[in-house]
Amino acid sequence: MKAPVQFKHNGSDVAVFVDGGASLLTALRDGVGDTSPKFGCGQGTCGVCTVLIDGEVHLACITLAETVAGRSVETADGLKSGPNLHPIQTAFMDNFAAQCGFCTPGMMMAAKALLDRNPSPTRADVIDAISGNICRCTGYEPIINAILAAAGSRQRA
Amino acid sequence: MLELRKDIFADERDDNLKEIGKPTQRQDMIGHVTGTTAYFDDHKLAGMLHLKVLRSPHHHARIRRIDTSEAERSGGVRRIIRGADVPRNLNTLLSLLNFGKDDEPSLATDKVRYKGEPIVAIVANTEREAFEALTKVRVDYEQLTPVFDVEEALKPGAPVVNETYPKNTFEYHGKYDHQRLRFGDVEQAFASADHVLEQRYQMSPIEHAPTETNGSIAAPEANNRFVVYTCAQGLFFSLDTTAKILDVPSNKLHFIGGTVGGGFGGKVDSLTEPLVTLAAMLTGRPVRYVLGREDEMQFGSPRGAERIYVKDAVMRDGRVTARQVRSYFDSGAYTRLSSYAVIKCAAHIPGPYTIPNVHADIYCVYTNRVPATAMRGFGVTAVDFAIECQMDKLAHLIGMDPMEFRILNAYRDGDMKAHRREAKNTALIECVQVAAEKAKWSIRDEYKRMSSRAGGGGARAAIPHTKLDSGLQAPARPAPQRTSYDRPLPPPVAPPPPAPPPAAPPANVQHGAARFSSVFGTRRR
Amino acid sequence: MPITVKTFATLGEAASALQSDRTAHFLAGGTLVMRAINEGDTSFSTVVRATDRAFGEIRPAGARVTLGAGVTMAQVMANGELSFLHAVARSVGGPAIRNMATVGGNLFAPSPYGDFTVALLALDATLAMQGGYSGRETPLEEFLANRERNTSLVASVTFNRPNPDAFRFRKVSRVKPKGISVLSIAAHLPANGGRIAGARVAYGAMAPAPMRAKSVERALEGRALDESGITAAVAAAAEGTTPQTDALASAWYRREMVAVHLKRLLSGSQ
Repeated sequence: MKAPVQFKHNGSDVAVFVDGGASLLTALRDGVGDTSPKFGCGQGTCGVCTVLIDGEVHLACITLAETVAGRSVETADGLKSGPNLHPIQTAFMDNFAAQCGFCTPGMMMAAKALLDRNPSPTRADVIDAISGNICRCTGYEPIINAILAAAGSRQRA
Repeated sequence: MLELRKDIFADERDDNLKEIGKPTQRQDMIGHVTGTTAYFDDHKLAGMLHLKVLRSPHHHARIRRIDTSEAERSGGVRRIIRGADVPRNLNTLLSLLNFGKDDEPSLATDKVRYKGEPIVAIVANTEREAFEALTKVRVDYEQLTPVFDVEEALKPGAPVVNETYPKNTFEYHGKYDHQRLRFGDVEQAFASADHVLEQRYQMSPIEHAPTETNGSIAAPEANNRFVVYTCAQGLFFSLDTTAKILDVPSNKLHFIGGTVGGGFGGKVDSLTEPLVTLAAMLTGRPVRYVLGREDEMQFGSPRGAERIYVKDAVMRDGRVTARQVRSYFDSGAYTRLSSYAVIKCAAHIPGPYTIPNVHADIYCVYTNRVPATAMRGFGVTAVDFAIECQMDKLAHLIGMDPMEFRILNAYRDGDMKAHRREAKNTALIECVQVAAEKAKWSIRDEYKRMSSRAGGGGARAAIPHTKLDSGLQAPARPAPQRTSYDRPLPPPVAPPPPAPPPAAPPANVQHGAARFSSVFGTRRR
Repeated sequence: MPITVKTFATLGEAASALQSDRTAHFLAGGTLVMRAINEGDTSFSTVVRATDRAFGEIRPAGARVTLGAGVTMAQVMANGELSFLHAVARSVGGPAIRNMATVGGNLFAPSPYGDFTVALLALDATLAMQGGYSGRETPLEEFLANRERNTSLVASVTFNRPNPDAFRFRKVSRVKPKGISVLSIAAHLPANGGRIAGARVAYGAMAPAPMRAKSVERALEGRALDESGITAAVAAAAEGTTPQTDALASAWYRREMVAVHLKRLLSGSQ
């Protein structure tokens, strides 16, 4: 028995049908076709599924899809404006802040949530903001540098 | 930031590097930051089914009976796969290179040898339906005594983990139960040493924990083939393993890799591809098999644990005169890559040092643990941990600075290594000197002046009298191995030993391959 | 059976639905229930939710503070009148978890989780339940003792506002800033003329559920929080504890460390 869920996905209205108990991660990847949030644990511990719901970080794998009805969901897929990269994306590129890339979408959304409310974070603020996101490749330093660099850049989306 | 020390070995190279040392952007970086990099799971195929596996809850048990009748009637179940359904249900990864015997089933039939071992695969319309069917499979086990310790596993009377290797050790060349290295006479060196230090080192299994778990998706494709989207680190390894297990020609399989979401060695074992491909064949539908995080931790192979005994002889003046290593690789219940790891370990001993007497016994041991696999330098990293801890302890024992101690004992060009190969293009001394400089660790001028290109060879190039355990005399000639790319030998300090006949130049020198080949140890000129 | 999600407008209706289906699970933040679904827990097929506004309200009415069971850690951290609980809420998970994890859910989180509940235990909190003994305020300690058999819905948690100086909390984890507890300690030590009156000390990850360290409380009661008082308390630190061995720490390690960290908490050192 599938339930309908209507919400805003990166600014566009979408509607999908989900199985009972389905997570937002499944709704996004299978329903909407947005594969930028990833599956890493299904437990809410790794952060690769990090998305913004009404501007706040959430973990899509442990979010019941139905709970986002009528709300705004943002994923890494929506960071670009047209062909132009978001300053966070540019900063990640310039600072070599990815290797396998699997944690990157979640990291960037955690960074966006931080910078949208705190445009001048300290290093400790950045570390706290990504404390729910695991990276097994970079050792985190390039990611921290990228987020601080994105904060320093004058462009703001 | 990257710093190129072009002052070191400056006369050996042209200063014309175009790419090295310059930050070059990864070709996949734009995909990473836009979320468009394709991983195996980013493929959604219409009508996809889901595969979940029933795993052994016991470390070691006989399987008396498997009853899937209730599970078969469970809602949404399309197909249940058992060991008898797998065309060739016994395999080992390196059989592709004719190395080792087939020892591991894709699905257990009569025995389970580690907690997490796959027994039955359920293919259903949804993941939840697959999970529900799993709870309805009935397996009767007769628990057996497990063995978890590598040395316990080698004692007479220990439980036999894997009947393919009844002594709980891998067999090399059909008859040897371990790898051996013999060079000189360690017993004599121990007897005449100022100090002898024997220590035991233990490393735990280490979980790769990639953020992307192991998994693959298989589907029927045009031309009667099967496409498989996989996280495999070695695509052809995975394709050929799957072709062998399913007994199909390899051209029936179309493996598509992509970016691996973290591998580190944990995605070389084809943990999911054979079963998921078989499921696609049996159901005629796309099938997805992805490990959850708990399964990734429990069932996904770790870096194997190792126990390493190092016994060294050291003189008051700082020379290490003997090194004896006995090491046990915990391969877990099946071989996978541990047989190869043992060879790498044996090839690495005694480390980058010139030690005139070396003795090593390295074992690949089976226990009732999760089968181990490759991880970042496996075979070498753990024994290096043991060797370097030992070097610090030895330095401390004789009251010498640990950096200077390493420089003193480092191999130099022209030295004979324990494997009867000449040390060429060595650079440990320079590495330690720069490390000391960067760490602001003071070493004496005498050690700052030492060089890999001076002080080696001569008497140090000789192969010592070496008696083998069999009583035979070991060969006294080095393995010939020189190419025109090698750094010239240092001038002899003492009258050189009678020169061996010059080695014939290799028949066709392939510039690209030979230049960076670790086998020939060459460096670009 | 596929999962059915039932959403109700009031807690009362949600509680009734839970009563009529004993296998049903109540979904608050989702950190526990969704995890179970993802990991293939097929022991339940019904998920019950409530959109009742009171569920997510903070009511700091003077001396008594009431937190709806649906209040998230992030909401606690954002509320200026709950500054004494900010360190506690901040210690739960990472930023995303804190936007999702609820006061009510934390009450049910199995050891070694449940750090917010440890703080509530030290504050002598009581629970308002829906269904079952409706209307009765249940002491948290009693709830925890019977947690496994609970079938009621927790509507809210209430406690007396403490003097911020009298309330302390410490979480010990291997990974920082986010990490699961090796152990956690909360202490409410109101002082009356320099002597502690009404000591409450609670531990997390030192038993199957958050527990009160009653030997430590007795050692501190009526004493000053000086060197000899602290020494007496620390001597009793591990009494009554039954920590588990898990991937984070052995039972032995936890019992050794609780004394070390109790001492640091009481003496105010890092």
